[in-house]
Amino acid sequence: MSVLLVPLLPLLLGWIPLVLGRRGHVTTAWSAGLVAAASFAILLGVHAPAVFAGEVAFAWVRWAPSLGLDLAFRMDGLAFLFCLLVLGIGLLVILYAYFYLGDTKYHARFYAFLLVFMGAMLGVVTSEHMIGLVVFWEITSVSSFLLVGFNNDTEAARRGARRALGVTGLGGLCLLGGVIVIGHLVDSFELSVWIAQRSVIVANAWYPAGLVLILLGAFTKSAQMPFHFWLPGAMSAPTPASAYLHSATMVKAGVFLLVRLSPALGDTSLWFFIVVPVGLVTMMVAAYIAMFQHDIKGLLAYSTISHLGLITALFGISEPLAIVAGLLHIINHATFKASLFMAAGIVDHEVHTRDLRELGGLRRLMPVTTVLASIAAAAMAGVPLLNGFLSKEMAFQETLGLSRLGEMQWVAPFVVTLGGIFSVAYSLRFAWEAFFAEPKVQREHPPHDPPRWMQAPVFVLVGLCVVVGVMPAVAVGGLLEVVATSVLGDRMPEYHLAIYHGVNTALFMSIMAFAVGGLIFSWRRRVLDWQGGGILEPTAANAYHNFFGRVIRIGRVVTHQLHDHSLSRYSAVLFSLLLVVGSSPFWPHEARDALVLRTTTALQAAPVAFCSLLAFGAIATLVFHRRRIWALLFMGVSGLASALLFADYSAPDLALTQISVEFGTTVLILLALYYLPWKTPREPRAPARTMHAVIAVLCGTGIAALTYGVLTRPLESISDFYVATSKTHGGGTNIVNVILVDYRGTDTLGEITVLAIAALSITGMLSGFRARRPTVDSAGRAWSPDTHPHLLAVMARPLLSLVLLVAVFVLLRGHNLPGGGFIAALMTAVALILQFLANGYGFARARLRFDFVKVVAIGLALALFTGLGSLLFGQPFLTSNYGYFPIPLVGDVELATAMLFDLGVYLTVVGVIMIMAIRLGRIGGVEDAEPEPELVPAPAEPGEAG
Amino acid sequence: MEAFFAAAIGIVAACGVYLLLRPRTFSVVLGLTLLSYAVNLFLFSVGRLQHGKAPILTPGVTDYADPIPQALVLTAIVIGLAMTAFVVVLALRMNADVGHDHADGDAHDDAPTKGVRPKGDRTKRARTKSQERRS
Repeated sequence: MSVLLVPLLPLLLGWIPLVLGRRGHVTTAWSAGLVAAASFAILLGVHAPAVFAGEVAFAWVRWAPSLGLDLAFRMDGLAFLFCLLVLGIGLLVILYAYFYLGDTKYHARFYAFLLVFMGAMLGVVTSEHMIGLVVFWEITSVSSFLLVGFNNDTEAARRGARRALGVTGLGGLCLLGGVIVIGHLVDSFELSVWIAQRSVIVANAWYPAGLVLILLGAFTKSAQMPFHFWLPGAMSAPTPASAYLHSATMVKAGVFLLVRLSPALGDTSLWFFIVVPVGLVTMMVAAYIAMFQHDIKGLLAYSTISHLGLITALFGISEPLAIVAGLLHIINHATFKASLFMAAGIVDHEVHTRDLRELGGLRRLMPVTTVLASIAAAAMAGVPLLNGFLSKEMAFQETLGLSRLGEMQWVAPFVVTLGGIFSVAYSLRFAWEAFFAEPKVQREHPPHDPPRWMQAPVFVLVGLCVVVGVMPAVAVGGLLEVVATSVLGDRMPEYHLAIYHGVNTALFMSIMAFAVGGLIFSWRRRVLDWQGGGILEPTAANAYHNFFGRVIRIGRVVTHQLHDHSLSRYSAVLFSLLLVVGSSPFWPHEARDALVLRTTTALQAAPVAFCSLLAFGAIATLVFHRRRIWALLFMGVSGLASALLFADYSAPDLALTQISVEFGTTVLILLALYYLPWKTPREPRAPARTMHAVIAVLCGTGIAALTYGVLTRPLESISDFYVATSKTHGGGTNIVNVILVDYRGTDTLGEITVLAIAALSITGMLSGFRARRPTVDSAGRAWSPDTHPHLLAVMARPLLSLVLLVAVFVLLRGHNLPGGGFIAALMTAVALILQFLANGYGFARARLRFDFVKVVAIGLALALFTGLGSLLFGQPFLTSNYGYFPIPLVGDVELATAMLFDLGVYLTVVGVIMIMAIRLGRIGGVEDAEPEPELVPAPAEPGEAG
Repeated sequence: MEAFFAAAIGIVAACGVYLLLRPRTFSVVLGLTLLSYAVNLFLFSVGRLQHGKAPILTPGVTDYADPIPQALVLTAIVIGLAMTAFVVVLALRMNADVGHDHADGDAHDDAPTKGVRPKGDRTKRARTKSQERRS
């Protein structure tokens, strides 16, 4: 299972730097480094021996088995190579970033993003399950968005980040589509199955569609033309991020995907004729553009695109040796390009410019950086004795004699040589103009080499370039063999890594590249003048920009049509839609079924009276809705009528709940109404009123018809199960309560959480908020300074203890008789609110010094931990247990764990209602310590005055 | 009885919807509450109108009221209270911040209707012109 740890460790521990953020930059850098190092240690300590022994390790975690989704990881040679790059270079980048970021304020955030990205990238390369791969792939897109936009106070960074996310995100969607298509062909998302079923896949008619989608994902990620334009834009990222994402890791995800899937999908004509041309064109054109970049990071970005193009082309060719060459070039490119980015960052950091037209003469000022950057640039150009030369030679050789091209075989080597020429030219320009040319700008503060430890990562990487270049077989021979075997299996070719392969065509191509590249470099003034600014503005970027501009414009227009800031307008739209959808069961051919008369019961006096009261209350509310106090009172009539209906139709729990809630609602609205206008003005537009009336009547008719339709159908209920098992399973005879705290306990937990969230939102909305207390009522009469009614004040106090006693009783008996946590809580809250009403805010608050937020927290925790407790006994979440305990004098008392849960519900609901009431009660500005009742707005009084 | 019950629910729902469509926040609160009464009663009635049945397990009784709709509606009632409180506080806060209780909030003053905007522009233009003249 340790395969799991390699990606998940950085991904799940990415928050650590954030937590340590206040402790300073050293701590956050160390924490990030240690997390990465732990993962690295697992990789080297546990997996390296197994991988080099040719074993493949797997790890499986069931995720959603019903959907066929697993988190499956594999550690083979290819995954190992990429893990090595991601973690090794990642560690160097963290060290480098520590110096680069210096005293940046948001360093913690940077390391957190970096770790998340690292984990996601490791997830991509170790995924066995393709859906898991896509998920990690998207995480790399998102985390790279965050890293590119790290300096989010600059427009360039924000635009670059948006563009990177837009392109790679769209590519990710294509990839998902492709994976689903191919997954359905073989009925599995496992990589091993795909490879085993290759012949089934490539023969299927859906293969081209799936392949194209997957390739779109790979090309966007690896910045292949025409999707390359996001990468230069992403150069607004902090340089450590560029060195990491844009040289060694994220952009390699695309080519990784190509080589990973090549055993399953590759080596077909379709694959060849899509991948090879894209790769070759990208390689040549990007190298050409790179020659004209003045920004050194821009130059390196286009160079990266070009090298990725070469690797893509090699994987497109699919010959075993081409794949070996591509893999070797991945290793080499990661080392020299990461070190070049770091060197560019050092230059930027010390000289404060990255423009080649302003740089120069750094050879004397920064000798160490000069040497390191020059060696890396030479490797990029493909100079012998450096690693870039090896893979370039192999790559050149592999472009020869492509039989699929037929008569056009010369095209591939020709294009590759052109790319080689340009890359020699831009490498020379980079090294020469930055370091060796005469300084063009005189600086007041001459730059100097950075601290030794900032150069250490560059030194390590450049050292690798040299070591691999001089002794390839010793340095990477073993690794390359393991990696290539994991991709090619039994197609493993004979090859040997050597510096000199004798006189062959590839050597001539190399020599040609150096000669013509040098020539172009020496004519660079004329070439630059000739080229001017013509094709440098990439047209793909414009197309992208136009496309998204249009999408955003259309979205804005549509939004504006639907959402014109008028609540009643779009409520009307919503209800009209609801009418259309909701009336579908009543459309002609089904109407007979719905409305045909079936068994009905005779009218009974009590329910008829209650129903009439209900309807009367609603109509009166409507009629009096401009006089708000009256409307509120009539609404209460309706509420009480519905409580009576519940009581009459065998639902005592509901009746109790409804009565208490009714009281709470009325008090809360009254409290608020004190600060709101008392009358609703008549709004001017009559046509809208008519339309609203029509909608309302239709909705009412619809609901009545629906209710009638339901009521007259025979009852088929699943309740028998609950009735039969409530006592035996849940240990209670009040079935409703047993359902709430036991069968559907998780729902209830969610519901009280929602209540707590509502209370917190109210606290947030009212915190620090003071409303002006009105001094006169709507008729202009001054408020009476009367104290609270004496009788109520006196009666309320003894009532409290009585109500509390009843509440405890109701809570305890709830499992077996009507009652329970909700009802007991509402009763308690009513009793407490009554104290506020009767004696004033100051009086009650002085005696009720609970922090109700804490009460809510305790209640939620109690409910949650009761549920978790059952896990300890090996039972599912929220399984209830019960037993009978003898208590002296009282007799056998039944105690169920569900009661603890109900107690949690009780505390939460009491806390929530009290938070709301207290918050609303004090917004007029009441001093907590002030016991004078006169100062307090008596919330009940508006009722009398209105 | 069923028809009577259904009609009552329909009336409550119609009143609720109409109030919900009013432009003032307080009416919206009233409408929401009325509508939730109707919805709760409808949900409850899915277990049919069972007059005088046992809600509590009692030895010897086999015919019980349907407990599932009751359990659903119970939590719905309590959540309804929280939601009402939330909307009321929202209305309160908006009234204090914006200075009126029109549900369309800020946008009500400069509603982007075709009739209003050019007028606003014109006054602005006129103002800048007069400023120019003064200077």
